[in-house]
Amino acid sequence: MSQVLFELLLRSIWETVLMTGASGLISLVFGLPLGLALVATDHGGIAENIWVNRILAAVINGFRSVPFIILLVALIPVTRLIVGTSIGTWAAIVPLSIAATPYYARIAEVSLREVDHGLIEAARAMGGNRWTIIREVLVPEALPGIVAGFTVTLVTLVGASAMAGAIGAGGLGDLAIRYGYQRFETDVMIAVVVVLIILVCGIQWVGDRLVARLDHR
Amino acid sequence: MNQHVTATTADIADPVPDRAAADSPQDVVRLVDLKRRFGATPALDGVSLNVRKGEILGIIGRSGAGKSTLIRCLNGLERPDSGEVFIEGREIGRLGERDLQPLRRRIGMVFQHFNLLSAKTVEDNVALPLKIEGRPRAERLARAAELLQLVGLSEKAKAYPASLSGGQKQRVGIARALAARPALLLSDEATSALDPETTRSILALLKDINARLGLTILLITHEMEVIRSIADRVAVIDAGRIVEEGAVWQVFADPKSDITRSLLGGIRPQLPPEIASRLTLGEGTETILRIDVAGEAARRPLLSELSAGVPGPFRLVHGGIDHVQQQPVGTLFVAVPGADAAHLAAIIAFLKDRNARVEVLGHVASPV
Repeated sequence: MSQVLFELLLRSIWETVLMTGASGLISLVFGLPLGLALVATDHGGIAENIWVNRILAAVINGFRSVPFIILLVALIPVTRLIVGTSIGTWAAIVPLSIAATPYYARIAEVSLREVDHGLIEAARAMGGNRWTIIREVLVPEALPGIVAGFTVTLVTLVGASAMAGAIGAGGLGDLAIRYGYQRFETDVMIAVVVVLIILVCGIQWVGDRLVARLDHR
Repeated sequence: MNQHVTATTADIADPVPDRAAADSPQDVVRLVDLKRRFGATPALDGVSLNVRKGEILGIIGRSGAGKSTLIRCLNGLERPDSGEVFIEGREIGRLGERDLQPLRRRIGMVFQHFNLLSAKTVEDNVALPLKIEGRPRAERLARAAELLQLVGLSEKAKAYPASLSGGQKQRVGIARALAARPALLLSDEATSALDPETTRSILALLKDINARLGLTILLITHEMEVIRSIADRVAVIDAGRIVEEGAVWQVFADPKSDITRSLLGGIRPQLPPEIASRLTLGEGTETILRIDVAGEAARRPLLSELSAGVPGPFRLVHGGIDHVQQQPVGTLFVAVPGADAAHLAAIIAFLKDRNARVEVLGHVASPV
């Protein structure tokens, strides 16, 4: 592999890490509260409100049913509004985040729903309000699942970011398509695949370690 | 007003105060005609009950009798459809969730399945009610240490609940319930998930807390053994109604309702099935009597008095005297040979004269 290609590989790694990390963080910041809202407003939840619940669920399902490649193009005006351009790595972060947030919200929802109702009742019996229940019971008890779900989301984002090449965002996926596939540079293809495997394994390993440390059940 | 309760309490020595009376400062809890239904089934069907300051009141009933609904009405986890709940003289039935929160801090609750937070250490679990109250961390941990000492788990302060045994978990649950210095402790089947030995130690702990701190305890259970071990008074609930209520030893000595008798069945002497199966109401060579004694009647040498007073043989078949709340409560099964009605009548009159309750169960054809 030539020096130029090697530098291109390094840049692509950085672009993928940036896209995955930034959109992962954004999906965590918005997805977790969204997941909490889904659980809290559902039947028997701590802030039961069936209409809010239905509307949230419908919006989340709507975003989740659009294929990412379509979302990437459809969101171009929104991206331009937020980032100022619709091309490049930063521009890809917007659709990636918008796709990952409802995805992560659903994953967080599952973990939060699994928290034993008896624990919520105990917190209520102690005189706790909704905020106490969220802060002391729901989130800490669901934390291993919340972290494991975030790991899954990050790995999914690594995959999704490959499609971001379509709007000139770069990244490993883009490199593999343009050099490895279209220009028959097999060594680039192999290098990219190896890097992706290492990246995904690394994310999974860190996530698993974190879950093991957090899980006292 | 529950007519049945009035009728049963009228003839025991320690009558329950009139529930229609003005709020007594001695009552931590006063329930008036509580009703709650789930769909078509009434879970509570007019429950009136008082819990006096410093006592341990046990509510016993089969599953589905309404016990859980009842105990949850006391801290507003469950809302009655009608009726009133007074906690320390204050009606809470109509309070909103926000107004209930400070009140719930006056009421500790212990759960059947402990409900400890797995993500928090033992000391953080115990300190949680104080965190909810907004106390500083140093104070919370000091109080947690004090309580863990009380329940004998000081060395587990930094452990996580998953590493504890069932009995230890319930001790943590009790320490947590006491953290905010409640005026009332609710125990929701606290020992039902524990083995007999652990159950005894947890009950001893609750009794000790009641004696040392003067804490009022209301517990619900389906086990009469729990009532016998620690309760001062017992209320029997069935199909959402209190069917019987009184001092524990008196209810044990003289249960009025069938449900109470059935719940007592496991721990009071019963006629052995070998004899019960041969019992007839017709002719026989032996008559089987059941003699119930309690209090004063159980302290006197009743059987030797009987043989001196009404000469003639009789045989003790089965029985025993138990002590409930330091009061002897016993049941004896006696076989009297022969079928002389006058002799039998003399025995019964003699025993009844000495405050024993006598029941002719029937006859057996040949000696058992």
